[in-house]
Amino acid sequence: MGLLQPLKGDTGGQIMLAVLALIAILVPILNLLVPEGNPLHVSTFTVTLLGKYLTYALLAVAVDLVWGYLGILSLGHGAFFALGGYAMGMYLMRQIGDRGVYGDPLLPDFMVFLDWQQLPWFWQGFDQFWYAALMILLVPGLLAFVFGWLAFRSRVTGVYLSIITQALTYALMLAFFRNEMGFGGNNGLTDFKDLLGFDLQADSTRIGLFLASALALALGYWACRWIVTSKLGRVAVAVRDAESRVRFIGYRVDRVKLAIWTFSAVLAGVAGALYVPQVGIINPGEFSPLNSIELVVWVAIGGRATLYGAVIGAVLVNYGKTVFTGVFPEAWLFVLGGLFVLVTVFLPAGIAGLLKTLRRRSGSETIQEASA
Amino acid sequence: MSRFGFGGSGSVGVMMLGLSLLLVTAASSAASSQGADHLAPSSAIDIRVAQLTDTSFKIKEAAAQAIAETGAETGDPRAIPLLKALLVGDLYYRKVDDRIVYVAPAGNSSWALTDALSGEALGDVGRRDLRKITVNNRMRSALRASIAALTLASPDPQLRLKAAREMIGSDDPVVISAVRAQLAVEDDKPVADALALVVAIADLKQPEADSRLTAIEVLHGNLYPEAHNALNALLGSEEDVAVRAATKAALDAIDRKRQLNGSIETLFFGLSLGSVLVLAAIGLAITFGVMGVINMAHGELIMIGAYTTYLVQQLMPGLTEWSLLVAVPAAFLVSGAFGVAIERTVIRFLYGRPLETLLATFGISLILQQLVRTTISAQNVVVQNPSWMSGSLQLNPGLALTYNRLYILLFALIVFALLLLVLKRTALGLQVRAVSQNRAMARAMGVHSARVDALTFGLGAGIAGVAGVALSQLTNVGPNMGQAYIIDSFMVVVFGGVGNLWGTLVAGMTLGVANKLMEPWAGAVLAKILVLVFIILFIQKRPRGLFPQRGRAAAD
Repeated sequence: MGLLQPLKGDTGGQIMLAVLALIAILVPILNLLVPEGNPLHVSTFTVTLLGKYLTYALLAVAVDLVWGYLGILSLGHGAFFALGGYAMGMYLMRQIGDRGVYGDPLLPDFMVFLDWQQLPWFWQGFDQFWYAALMILLVPGLLAFVFGWLAFRSRVTGVYLSIITQALTYALMLAFFRNEMGFGGNNGLTDFKDLLGFDLQADSTRIGLFLASALALALGYWACRWIVTSKLGRVAVAVRDAESRVRFIGYRVDRVKLAIWTFSAVLAGVAGALYVPQVGIINPGEFSPLNSIELVVWVAIGGRATLYGAVIGAVLVNYGKTVFTGVFPEAWLFVLGGLFVLVTVFLPAGIAGLLKTLRRRSGSETIQEASA
Repeated sequence: MSRFGFGGSGSVGVMMLGLSLLLVTAASSAASSQGADHLAPSSAIDIRVAQLTDTSFKIKEAAAQAIAETGAETGDPRAIPLLKALLVGDLYYRKVDDRIVYVAPAGNSSWALTDALSGEALGDVGRRDLRKITVNNRMRSALRASIAALTLASPDPQLRLKAAREMIGSDDPVVISAVRAQLAVEDDKPVADALALVVAIADLKQPEADSRLTAIEVLHGNLYPEAHNALNALLGSEEDVAVRAATKAALDAIDRKRQLNGSIETLFFGLSLGSVLVLAAIGLAITFGVMGVINMAHGELIMIGAYTTYLVQQLMPGLTEWSLLVAVPAAFLVSGAFGVAIERTVIRFLYGRPLETLLATFGISLILQQLVRTTISAQNVVVQNPSWMSGSLQLNPGLALTYNRLYILLFALIVFALLLLVLKRTALGLQVRAVSQNRAMARAMGVHSARVDALTFGLGAGIAGVAGVALSQLTNVGPNMGQAYIIDSFMVVVFGGVGNLWGTLVAGMTLGVANKLMEPWAGAVLAKILVLVFIILFIQKRPRGLFPQRGRAAAD
């Protein structure tokens, strides 16, 4: 059972994956087979919402991988998420074809509006899904690689690294707000019609996207576990706890960091690519530094260095956001702000840590993993 | 922190003095013109005014000319308003008796008449009872010249300067001779310069090469745009070689001066932006640099300072001029109190975990934003600018520096100096530095570190509040304003080197100037992006900023 090796001893992860599998089976049935009006029916709106949470969870897992196991607090992971989203958005834009408001067969509406005559070079190829899929992986990965190569080689660490990741996403946000960049300015990309020929508004497509998100989360989780339990992962934890010592022993710390950092960025890009067709829009607001900080908080609330805690945190906080912004829009920021403060002060290990403590108290099980 | 007040109150005093002087001059000029009213019951104007009803433009022009000349001779105050009304077509006459009147709309298609000469109210009439006194283009230019020449005689130097500027470029011999006459007696330097310019530009058309050379000498390096245009025109038509060379030299001198002006202006804008960055970042330099706390709520503490300014202005209506003097200490105290509260309730549990302070204070920033939204308003509020903050300092005809930016630049430097004094020369400063260098050792020496932490954080927060007062004079005050500054502030602190106030000053000013230097060719947004990219790359080269901390303090 080599495939299940990474999940050995990860009780929280096993439970999380089991719940995920259960939801992935139940939700399509309850949506497609149970008729509307039945109390068990899950509306398509809810399916899309769940799909969105799952992409957030994948993003949170990516952040937890670098923060929890490598000690890099990235305040710019929203940038990789948004870049993956833009790559997907460009493909969806090209799929609109001549069904846009201006009916131009080649140029997206905003380019016609700006009176552009031809498609910019970086939009070429995005009509092919395979190309777009490649870009979803390559663009965030390449950016992370270059950025990380520069930063880790010159040993930028801690707060300085956090701040320059924030500068990175801020600079990208400003750049994407510019119409001249050719990504739709502050309106971003929207009005998508279909994906691989499937109508984006159809229930079955929504279910498909939801399942894809669930699958991506499961695979992403498994991959992160695989890294964490591998030799590379153990070196990473050592780097997190005593970077200089690891370097003196003879490890190339910058390469360890670069590998995991780049993988995490790719994962965030995939999450962004799955997010965009479900919410139907991508705009420069996704690059906003506040978004990136918020997602760090999901991980903190869920519990860092557990991976499954990131999933719990992302889903819970976003569910709370949906509920609160609907019922008390005024109170949401108080709640979120309060959560940040309470969790960091009183729950440094997050919900996952709380669960572990409770389990330890009940004595039903010995703790398998030393809390990292 | 009452010392902040001193710099401010001094400048207000100067401003108030200037303002009252202006008022006195205006009042005296009003008084003197009233005196003239009594002295000159001239009938010469009355006769000429009557001729304006004539249909012939020639006669009307002669009449207008005569009115102007009589006005200049007798100082009759009615001449200028008459000519001005004639110029813009506000002068009418009544058909029944040819009386010249000013009209003002009075309700439904009726017009209130005022006798143009006696000022007597003549009741309301319909439009059809009136006829407008028309003017042609020739008359208009003559009228403009006459009005300008009349204003040249004004006792107020400001009005004379305005009149002189209006005449720049004129080649009417009558106007020029009037200007020459005034130039001979003018004792106000700026007015005399402007008058000399008028004469020189006119003299460029003199037939003798020597006169043109003398005129070019006057225009050498002159920054009025008309001087540049006139010289350019001359360069196109001039045949005399010597004059051509002189013109070329004069134009080059103008271009050099303009370039210098442009550089000074860019530098000023850059320093002004830099001073805003320094103000916003300097409080952060304390909490982040000295204490190692990443305070994401710093922007919100700036916002609280700005809102304090707003509330102070609400509490003292009618005293806008003085409100900022109250707002500075008030904002320091309010933001400082918030800071101490934040430190006591949250930060003190998180020392030694800098990344966690980031998250907790980010939560606090969200709470503070929402607090302002629910208690005050989600909309921006209007903070008034005192009159001494508006206007600009005219350095030369091509360069003016706005007072608000000038004051904020000074203010930033004063705040910086005070902060430096507090840290280097007071007992608190010594304790702050001791705790930041080695907490355990400081405690062993008897420093009450918990108290020092609270006060340091309060000091940083208070400075943020003071920055908020300054920013309220430059930008919109709203719940989101803090977010606009937090990233820039971090960049400044990181670029300058954590734990080094001088680094923050240099970094803020450098980034401000760099931004403004790039703006002309890159645009505002791209300039900002380039600055960010530059910082990212710079940190690779010098991971601890421009002025890194050395020794043991840098170890962790």
